[in-house]
Amino acid sequence: MEPSLASYLALSGVLFTIGTVGVIFKRNALGMFMCIELMLNAVNLTFVAFSRYYGDVVGQLFVFMVMSVAAAEAAVGLGIIIAFFRNRLSIDVDDASILKN
Amino acid sequence: MASTALFFLFAGFAIMCAISMVYHKNPLYSAISLVGVFISLSCIYVMLAAPFIAAVQILIYAGAIMVLVVFVIMLLNLDDQGTKNRLRYLWALGGGLGVVLLVQTLFIFYAVMKAPQQASDQSVSVGKTLSIGQSMYTVYLLPVEIVGVLLLMAIIGAVILARRLSQPQLELVVDQELDRRNETELENEYRVEL
Repeated sequence: MEPSLASYLALSGVLFTIGTVGVIFKRNALGMFMCIELMLNAVNLTFVAFSRYYGDVVGQLFVFMVMSVAAAEAAVGLGIIIAFFRNRLSIDVDDASILKN
Repeated sequence: MASTALFFLFAGFAIMCAISMVYHKNPLYSAISLVGVFISLSCIYVMLAAPFIAAVQILIYAGAIMVLVVFVIMLLNLDDQGTKNRLRYLWALGGGLGVVLLVQTLFIFYAVMKAPQQASDQSVSVGKTLSIGQSMYTVYLLPVEIVGVLLLMAIIGAVILARRLSQPQLELVVDQELDRRNETELENEYRVEL
């Protein structure tokens, strides 16, 4: 007996919840970045589960697109984090307040 | 039976690694926990008959993105910063959002459990590299091209962001900016004379 579609969706939902809570609780820009990666992975799991249960290949194709976007996001996001660290000597998001006032 | 046991094993490992990623303050521990999440998700993809996605998950996420993240962690050489308290409403917001999302997950779980299970077409070729490649280069050619352009833009953007101007270059940029301002001032004076 195989695990049902609902259990895969539940796992995906739990992972997405942990990622969302992590984005809000983390002060570290790198930690927030990793939580966003976790959320993207949770959504990928949903795509693959539906692709399996409907017998359609498009879900897996879309997972491939999401991974490419995640790779682009990693390159640009880490570049921004490094530029921010160069200016403020910190990656705490609370220090990113130059535009305040 | 065996696949259910394996699913619970990998799912529990993924959730534990995710919680430890959020819990740890040190970014390096978080990164290693995240690699655990990626690997257990890759095992679940294999159980879902998607071997290509499982391999790509290991290659791109655990292989490329996490190596980049660990490089940045090592490069920045972060010291332990003192604990500054976040605003209290952020804790309330995070906790509330988490509870709402968990309730939604429970709802989806029950709704999908109750729904009549549709007879899934268990065709063997769906997850194979051949079928993915065929649809990627025939029907969905345009999205693949767009993703290629996106990756090119990401490369250029990363290079521009990481660039550091040397002193002569910086002076050159400042001089050009000053010249431009002088020219506009001269133009304005000319217009006033006219």
